[in-house]
Amino acid sequence: MSTKELVARTGNEAMAEAMRQINPDVVAAYPITPATEIVQLFSSFVADGLVDTEFVTVESEHSAMSACVGASAAGARVMTGTSSQGLILMAEILYIAAGVRCPIILAEVNRALSSPINIHCDHSDTMSVRDSGWIQIFSENSQEAYDNMIQAVRIGEHMDVRLPVMVTTDGFIISHGLEAISMLEDKEVQDFIGPYKAAYSLLDVGKPITVGALDFTDFYFEHRRQTAQAMENGKKVILEVGREFGEKFGRSYGFFEGYKLEDAEIALVMLGSTAGTARVAVDKLREAGVKCGLLKLRVFRPFPAVELAEALKHLKAIAVMDRSDSLSTAGGPLFTEVRSALYDLPSRPAMVNYIYGLGGRDITVADLEGIYQELQRISGGGQIQKTLQYLGVRE
Amino acid sequence: MATLKELAAREDLLTGGHRACAGCAAPIIVRQVLLAAEHPVVVGSATGCLEVTTTLFPYTAWKVPFIHNAFENSAATISGVEAAYTSLKKQGKYDKEVRFIAFGGDGGTYDIGLQSLSGAMERGHQMLYICYDNHAYMNTGIQRSSATPLGAHTTTSPAGKVIPGKKQYRKDLTAIMVAHNIPYVAQTSVSHWRDLTAKVQKALDTPGPSFINIISPCRLGWGFRPEDTIELAREAVETCFWPLYEVENGVYKLTYKPREKKPVVEWLKKQTRFRHLFKPGNEELLAKVQEHVDAQWENLLKKSGAE
Ligand SMILES: Cc1ncc(C[n+]2csc(CCOP(=O)(O)OP(=O)(O)O)c2C)c(N)n1
Ligand code: SF4
Ligand SMILES: [Mg+2]
Repeated sequence: MSTKELVARTGNEAMAEAMRQINPDVVAAYPITPATEIVQLFSSFVADGLVDTEFVTVESEHSAMSACVGASAAGARVMTGTSSQGLILMAEILYIAAGVRCPIILAEVNRALSSPINIHCDHSDTMSVRDSGWIQIFSENSQEAYDNMIQAVRIGEHMDVRLPVMVTTDGFIISHGLEAISMLEDKEVQDFIGPYKAAYSLLDVGKPITVGALDFTDFYFEHRRQTAQAMENGKKVILEVGREFGEKFGRSYGFFEGYKLEDAEIALVMLGSTAGTARVAVDKLREAGVKCGLLKLRVFRPFPAVELAEALKHLKAIAVMDRSDSLSTAGGPLFTEVRSALYDLPSRPAMVNYIYGLGGRDITVADLEGIYQELQRISGGGQIQKTLQYLGVRE
Repeated sequence: MATLKELAAREDLLTGGHRACAGCAAPIIVRQVLLAAEHPVVVGSATGCLEVTTTLFPYTAWKVPFIHNAFENSAATISGVEAAYTSLKKQGKYDKEVRFIAFGGDGGTYDIGLQSLSGAMERGHQMLYICYDNHAYMNTGIQRSSATPLGAHTTTSPAGKVIPGKKQYRKDLTAIMVAHNIPYVAQTSVSHWRDLTAKVQKALDTPGPSFINIISPCRLGWGFRPEDTIELAREAVETCFWPLYEVENGVYKLTYKPREKKPVVEWLKKQTRFRHLFKPGNEELLAKVQEHVDAQWENLLKKSGAE
């Protein structure tokens, strides 16, 4: 285990530093708030000769991901970063990157989607590409963002997986917030990730391959099934890598993290930076004798449904916190999936859904305390008045 | 430059048995281009007839490394392949000399892929982009593109009772590529194999990005017999509808001048997509087509000092 001095880094700096230490062969990226800094910092690493990377200054995010796919198919270790409109402009090629099994790593800074245009945090962008075949890992803070970037390389490149991975932070809240983090030595990162070995490469001119062929009804389904299997395999690999990271560097990772969850009767389920605020609320209410807890989900794709059900089965009432809205009128994306995961339990907790923090709207300890109080009422036998609620919005 | 005999002795790098229509110019172009390459190549193609007819899983017609990504990003994709090559070479992890070629149809090049192409050219990658220009979106059933000539019938610019086919002139993509100030831009045709081979070789030897536009007769979309493909390509050149020229570091050069410039109607009348233009009442439109060809040709003669 390495004991490191703490250094002050924003989420963007932490992600860029991880990229420097990973030293990818190719980065193709385009600026967008709040991820711009990652691209800028990385450019300066290239300009200062700190990395071997070929940096492709593309004219759009669509081309960024297109160039990433080309570079990855040519046997390179490839990374990029983006946010919001940039991510959904890439969307077409995100699916292709997964389909042709390119283990590209993407630093994604969560930001609201237009319209109205807004540069602040919510999870609409990442959620909108949740079925693209990318592994999706959320971070609560700069430390997790840094650690997740390094683990992402091992996860995506594992031969049983070979899928792209996006590591997300929350726009401004994490990306621009300065925090004390512990960084690894460059060599520790390199030893942990190892060299990249492409299974196939376009540059193997003596052994020509065709990438991106046309499938009709006789093969498409099989290929999609293989991608689903890779996602399934990813679950095991994510846990292995998270454990190994912990053994080596003292910070272990799983699919999710519980806080005072074991003996809790009521809990919140959420992604990303709000977990820090929720812990304060839990501590306050615990002092007052309330048996409350928290589950912070780290891995949204693959979705750890069975494990979540196991971790949440003893609860009486749960509020799922969605920082994006599916606009289905039946709940946010996290809610529908968590609720579905719990369906097979012999006795299910009561569940409600809060859409919160869209477009960067602040969420306070008091807001969360209020939700715990509502859960107390429900767990005590009170009626659920509304399953889906919009937290703190003026209507 | 290799002689015809030498070229004929080289291995065909695009096999037969692909699913393109009999008489399709696109695979002929590709074979000719690959024969001309003196180094190993990695090839990309945009979505379109060329890609769908040559990569029907579990088969592939490509005997060179090939990547298809999407419709509008052939240039960006190959720019990524080239970046990987440059990086791995710089790090001493790869030592072969390789060339990179991106193909795109006119739809994937003039229209939806123009931004991706422009970006890749501006960034200066060592790559050759080739547009096989068949004047419409053939793969989806002959819809108009910005490369469709004035008056041509397509399924989205149909010759109707009041509108006689496409209302606009073609976009001059070759000129747009010249305006990128890249080292090498050319226009050629499969009917002139020597011209095509020389240009491909020159482009592949040029440091930095290059662009070649190749006319690609489509028997379905243009409406002609499969055995007439090369004739239609030739006549496009002889009528000066499709002049053969190159622009090397900004200097225009006409690489072929027809002995006698044929009237464009000679070429138009052999294609069913222009059939309606020969009906009474459309004389003015036919004249406009000729005037446009004449003006473009004069302009080119001036630029290349070949008046
Ligand atoms: C983003 C996107 N839009 C539309 C299509 C449908 N599409 C596939 S090929 C094609 C036309 C191709 O035309 P062109 O580039 O001229 O090639 P051709 O088929 O004529 O050889 C279209 C519209 C697509 N695949 N992707
Ligand atoms: S439709 Fe035209 S371009 Fe497409 S394969 Fe047939 S001849 Fe070739
Ligand atoms: Mg076309």
